[in-house]
Amino acid sequence: MAYANLRKRAWCRCRHALAKGITFLGAALLCAQSSFAFAQASPIPNIFKPASTPADAIHRLSLFVLTITGLIFVIVGGLLIYAVVKFRRRGEEDGPEPAPVYGSNQMELAWTVVPCLIVLVLFLATARVIYSVQEAVPPATAVQVTAIGHQFWWEFRYPELGVVTANELHIPVSNPQNPTPTFIKLLSADTDHSFWVPQLAGKIDLIPNRNNSMWLDPHATGVYIGQCAQYCGTQHALMLLRVYVDSPEDFARWVAAQKQPAVANDAVAKGRRIFEQTACINCHAVSGTAANGVFGPDLTHLMSRYTIASGAAKNTHDNLKLWIHSPDSLKPGSLMPAMNLNAQDLDDLTTYLETLR
Amino acid sequence: MSTESIALTGVREPSRAFGDWLTSWITTVDHKRLGILYIVFALLFLVLGGIEATIIRIQLIAPLNTFVSPRTFNRMFTMHGTTMIFFAAMPILFGFANYFVPLMIGARDMAFPRLNALSFWLTAFGGFLLYFSFVGANGLYGAGGAPDVGWFAYAPLTSKAFSLGHSTDFWTLSLMVSGFGSIGTAVNIVATIVSMRCPGMTFGKMPLFAWLNLVVFGMVLVVVSPLTAAQLMLCVDRFLGGHFFDTQAGGSAVLWMHFFWFFGHPEVYILVIPAFAFMSEIVPVFSRKPIFGYPIMVGATVAIGFVSMTVWAHHMFTVGMSAYGNSFFVITTMIVGIPTGIKIFNWLGTMWGGKIIFKTPMLFCIAFLFQFLVAGLTGIMLGAAPFDWQLAGSYFLVAHFHYVIVGAILFALFGAFYYWFPKMSGRMYNETLGKVHFWLFVLGFHLTFDFMHIPGLLGMPRRIYTYEPGRGWEVWNLIVTIGAVVQGIAILIFVSNLLYSMFKGKLAGNDPWDAWTLEWSVASPPPEYNFLTIPEVRSRRPLWDIKHPEDPDWKYE
Repeated sequence: MAYANLRKRAWCRCRHALAKGITFLGAALLCAQSSFAFAQASPIPNIFKPASTPADAIHRLSLFVLTITGLIFVIVGGLLIYAVVKFRRRGEEDGPEPAPVYGSNQMELAWTVVPCLIVLVLFLATARVIYSVQEAVPPATAVQVTAIGHQFWWEFRYPELGVVTANELHIPVSNPQNPTPTFIKLLSADTDHSFWVPQLAGKIDLIPNRNNSMWLDPHATGVYIGQCAQYCGTQHALMLLRVYVDSPEDFARWVAAQKQPAVANDAVAKGRRIFEQTACINCHAVSGTAANGVFGPDLTHLMSRYTIASGAAKNTHDNLKLWIHSPDSLKPGSLMPAMNLNAQDLDDLTTYLETLR
Repeated sequence: MSTESIALTGVREPSRAFGDWLTSWITTVDHKRLGILYIVFALLFLVLGGIEATIIRIQLIAPLNTFVSPRTFNRMFTMHGTTMIFFAAMPILFGFANYFVPLMIGARDMAFPRLNALSFWLTAFGGFLLYFSFVGANGLYGAGGAPDVGWFAYAPLTSKAFSLGHSTDFWTLSLMVSGFGSIGTAVNIVATIVSMRCPGMTFGKMPLFAWLNLVVFGMVLVVVSPLTAAQLMLCVDRFLGGHFFDTQAGGSAVLWMHFFWFFGHPEVYILVIPAFAFMSEIVPVFSRKPIFGYPIMVGATVAIGFVSMTVWAHHMFTVGMSAYGNSFFVITTMIVGIPTGIKIFNWLGTMWGGKIIFKTPMLFCIAFLFQFLVAGLTGIMLGAAPFDWQLAGSYFLVAHFHYVIVGAILFALFGAFYYWFPKMSGRMYNETLGKVHFWLFVLGFHLTFDFMHIPGLLGMPRRIYTYEPGRGWEVWNLIVTIGAVVQGIAILIFVSNLLYSMFKGKLAGNDPWDAWTLEWSVASPPPEYNFLTIPEVRSRRPLWDIKHPEDPDWKYE
């Protein structure tokens, strides 16, 4: 990824967006659509466009809370403006001081009791959603996933399906007649992280020495974007998340492909040897080979992923090469070391990795 | 009453050597001078924190910007948060309390003047220690520079495994040292208010300013102590191989969160109740009416003090508490909104039927009311736990708490600056410049913090040093940064107004606002001993009684 070039383009886009923003400022406040640029057209993770049962429940509650707080804002704000306009001192004249009023018990009672009632209503509505989301029981058809947060990438394990992947979660779409929600166990290998894909569910943290859980129940296929939402270290910013909601058939096909061992292709034996003889295998695993490291993402099906470096760059030949050659140029501060390979080895290694479909 | 015997702030008497002047400030135990030292110290750190904020905003002005490295960015937001909370907001509010609590209750100084000096210097030392980390934290591993663990320094990021070098040590030690300073001030102010009120000033006749500070410093005693203890535990972890928060050895990350937020949430009220105190003095004077519902205001503040200590885990709705635990903290969080709402209504009641004078202090107070209302309402959104699962840790949250800290607390502070500047310096500020400052700051504030809510709703988390284009965040971040620049210009106008007026302003006289509390009965600036004779009061507005002997307050209260 050529930084300077991208920056320039980003600036142009920014100016363009500003012009648009000024035009639509009032109306477009919450549904601003800026130009899609990075990767494929993926939705802006707007919390007001939910696509999953728990996100729906939160969305309905949020509209309710917004209505009540909006009413309070209009009433109290209106009173404030009225008071400021009506009771302003006119002219510089001294005149008599206004009548001193020390208080009124009736008024105090009124503006204590009414807020109490509002709080009661808000609390009951909130508690109902808390219980509906947190106490949900997984049906037998649920997909179980274990998500493990690492500095600065995501590990996803499907214990029942025998699949291990990274950074891009695949889950089946769930229809109400035959729900196949995904229940995720959240663990951390190092510091605190937080799993947040706004359109699918609220965020829950991944904390070392703690078992957390959440669930997704998407009702539309597509790619949903999110990212780590708890500061976890230097590269917290580029710990991105992509959730692919697949049709049941696509999901079955994806699982079947992921369960295959790595492609063994003699044409790239040289690159494979480089991979297995350098420090790569200390951290990365490729099933069916000597590589079984666990500190970095499993690379068995690397090429099935759309991005590398936890979403920091598209998974292209050039990016892959750049990532191996100099991780800091894509993701400064990531824990992947530069391998200092010569040009030939780098090419061979990249070619090998590109066979891992 | 003579003013000759005291040294004006920053004004050196020609006969004295510079060294004497400096010594007199360093060794002073006068509550007014210490108050000014607190304020000057805090303003210095406010500027430092502002510079850090500017760097953050420049970095985020456009996607994939490379103005600073990720590490530098992480240091900037850590230092910005730590500086603003512990070394700008707290000391500045402590400074006002130091200066005005004894004056308002008719005392000649604090209960423990030397403890007062010790507390200030501990706080100051803490601040300097924190900033020394920029040069001193290199440590054995060469992993130096300022702390980069975030201002709430969640474990295990602070453990030896993830934070090499000494930057985290500087962070924790500086907060521990300044924590002792805060506790000392708290003891002092509580003791002063309880035992040094002038004759006639019962608890029911104390100015609200004193009442609210009594609550604030009572809270400081209760909640800063656990924070200081937690810092000590972190030191044990880092220096002595303890495992309180070291998750790799079975420690608990969540334990730190509880310790921190048990301090951290009441801290919001420790900062905002002094702002309420300013409001409760300024709004009546510029509405020309006594405060509406005095006993209810006191009761509501005490209620806030207690309830605010039961809400801390609403910062932890996303850490996986049980549904029962989450529901508990939802109800307490919403309950704390009730007394807060009562206070807003009482200020409105004070303005209702008054003759509102739009001098600069009152303008800031009116803006406070509006912005605090908005901040309270977004707080209710964040308090509804499921909504918080979306909003927590996002830019919506960042916008919310800046609405509280800037939109409410800083606005009230500016009001207080303009209101009491004549008393502290003896001179009037320039009203036109004050109004320019107000309107520019309002503009900048709303550009920055209104629009900052939106990227949060679109999924932008806090503490990211960059973001990719196409996520719908660009335009909002650009507007936010422009607003920050406007705020910066407004602050420059404020500072130049103060500096200019300190030397060239019109003489203020004792009582430029025709106000009613005791500090306005003495010279401006007040003499070292405050009161030649200790005053006696019969009502909450002693100066009203003197000015209106035909219609004194004590007949009605």
